[in-house]
Amino acid sequence: MAEPTIPILDLRAVSKTYAAQGRITEALRGASLTVARGEFVCLLGASGCGKSTLLRIAAGFEAPSSGAALMWGKPIPGPGPSRGMVFQDYGLFPWLSVRDNIGFGPKSRGRPAAEVRETAARYIDLVGLQKFADAYPHQLSGGMKQRVAIARVLANEAEVVLMDEPFGALDAMTRERLQDELLDLWARTGLTVLFVTHAIEEAIFLADRVVMMSPGPGRIEAVHAIDLPRRRDVSSPAFNDLRRMLAAQLHSHHAPKAA
Amino acid sequence: MSAGIEAGALPAAVPAPVSGTSSSDASAARRGGHGLDRLRGPVLALLVPAALGLVWQFATAGRPYSLIPPPAEVWQELRDLAVGGINDDAFSGTLWTHLSASLGRVYGGFALAAAAALPLGLLIGRVPLVRALLDPLLQILRPIPVTAWLPLAMILFGLGPRSALFLVFLGAFYPILVNTVFGVRSVEPRLFEAASMLGCTGPAQFVRVVLPAALPSIFTGLRLGLGFAWVVIVVGEMTGVQTGLGAIIMEARQLSRTEIVICGMAVIGVAGFVSDWLVMMLGRRLLAWSPSHG
Repeated sequence: MAEPTIPILDLRAVSKTYAAQGRITEALRGASLTVARGEFVCLLGASGCGKSTLLRIAAGFEAPSSGAALMWGKPIPGPGPSRGMVFQDYGLFPWLSVRDNIGFGPKSRGRPAAEVRETAARYIDLVGLQKFADAYPHQLSGGMKQRVAIARVLANEAEVVLMDEPFGALDAMTRERLQDELLDLWARTGLTVLFVTHAIEEAIFLADRVVMMSPGPGRIEAVHAIDLPRRRDVSSPAFNDLRRMLAAQLHSHHAPKAA
Repeated sequence: MSAGIEAGALPAAVPAPVSGTSSSDASAARRGGHGLDRLRGPVLALLVPAALGLVWQFATAGRPYSLIPPPAEVWQELRDLAVGGINDDAFSGTLWTHLSASLGRVYGGFALAAAAALPLGLLIGRVPLVRALLDPLLQILRPIPVTAWLPLAMILFGLGPRSALFLVFLGAFYPILVNTVFGVRSVEPRLFEAASMLGCTGPAQFVRVVLPAALPSIFTGLRLGLGFAWVVIVVGEMTGVQTGLGAIIMEARQLSRTEIVICGMAVIGVAGFVSDWLVMMLGRRLLAWSPSHG
């Protein structure tokens, strides 16, 4: 892979501690990660490993307690349109139709109304929700809501899409279909994706690189490049070897605690 | 009496009961497909009033010393109040003057209350400094019944319509404020995150996130506030105001014209009902997106 001189995301020795009710919790210790433009990176780990914290720092929702979070070499000042976030619970605006949810970003950034409509229509097409353009979120299934959430971020010209267990609340069939759709979008648009999951198979199926994280305090344990050709066959021997290897590593993190 | 009403209704600032009513209304309307089914609601609704009317008729008609006039007499008086030409006394044909005076005060006071309570509620709900400054004061003032303000209002504004307007303002202010604050504070934090990562930050969030998200609750407040405006207007108009439904009721009582007292009460009932219905229809249009309204 041709590595550009400056990575799109550069997280340098990022730590995060929270102080709540007199107790200090260390959520993340010394996590370093660079993401190249166009890369698909999964953060994989059990709960409490700090993967969501790392993602929220990249989004700008939280500032690191120490270390630095950079985009194109500049510190991330706070949440902004260049880093779009897709939440597990969708975070759609219930009072806006599908069309207006997708147009929310462009409208917020002062684009003319005609352009907002045109952009929204284009991304409604992209995620195949033409028939539901005027529906409200409560009328949609979970899978459709998540398509809206993805389209909303893409319509806003996000350079990086940050996804926090986006398919975790969906049933297995919907999840597989959306994984395929996401890879298809990613291949067509040249997006950069940072994707949090606790499902080993999902990480191997999607990612260029899988970042293994472990809890107590949260830190990056290992980074694995996944070299399998796409579209990946989840039942192939190579896929299974990877799955076994990652599972062993993931579970070894828990061993000391279980003993 | 009014203290009791206030004590009972202010805590009803929690929107659940009102929104529950409106959604069941809506589902009833949707179900009404066939002609007979459609008549069922109105027929059931009229059953109890018709029975009460009969009791009223039998208890009063033909008795010379009844304290309450029979329904027919009240109906005739209502027509005289509305168009005149029956009794030709000082009250004939004056209904519209009184009604429009009361309507002006109710909607004037209500509009002032909404104009003050909405922005204040948005700020108290969203800005910690404003909340710290104003919330304790408002919590102390809130339990004071509107009727307890009457003497002070008379001292400040004199006897007359300005006192009535002030009381209506106060009566509508708190339900709107309390429900707005409640609505703003219940906005899902996730929506602020979603807005800010899409490029909508700072004060723009008030218009594009806080206001629409709090709208169901705000509408509950507006309905309650308008209801209170009608409760309070009568009290306000009973003190030295020449026109208004409250004034006509008090004047008729002094002249022992009980049929006019009852007419005034009935007109207030209908006017309050119609204005509540209008707000509800407006709410249904604006809240079509909400699963518990639309």
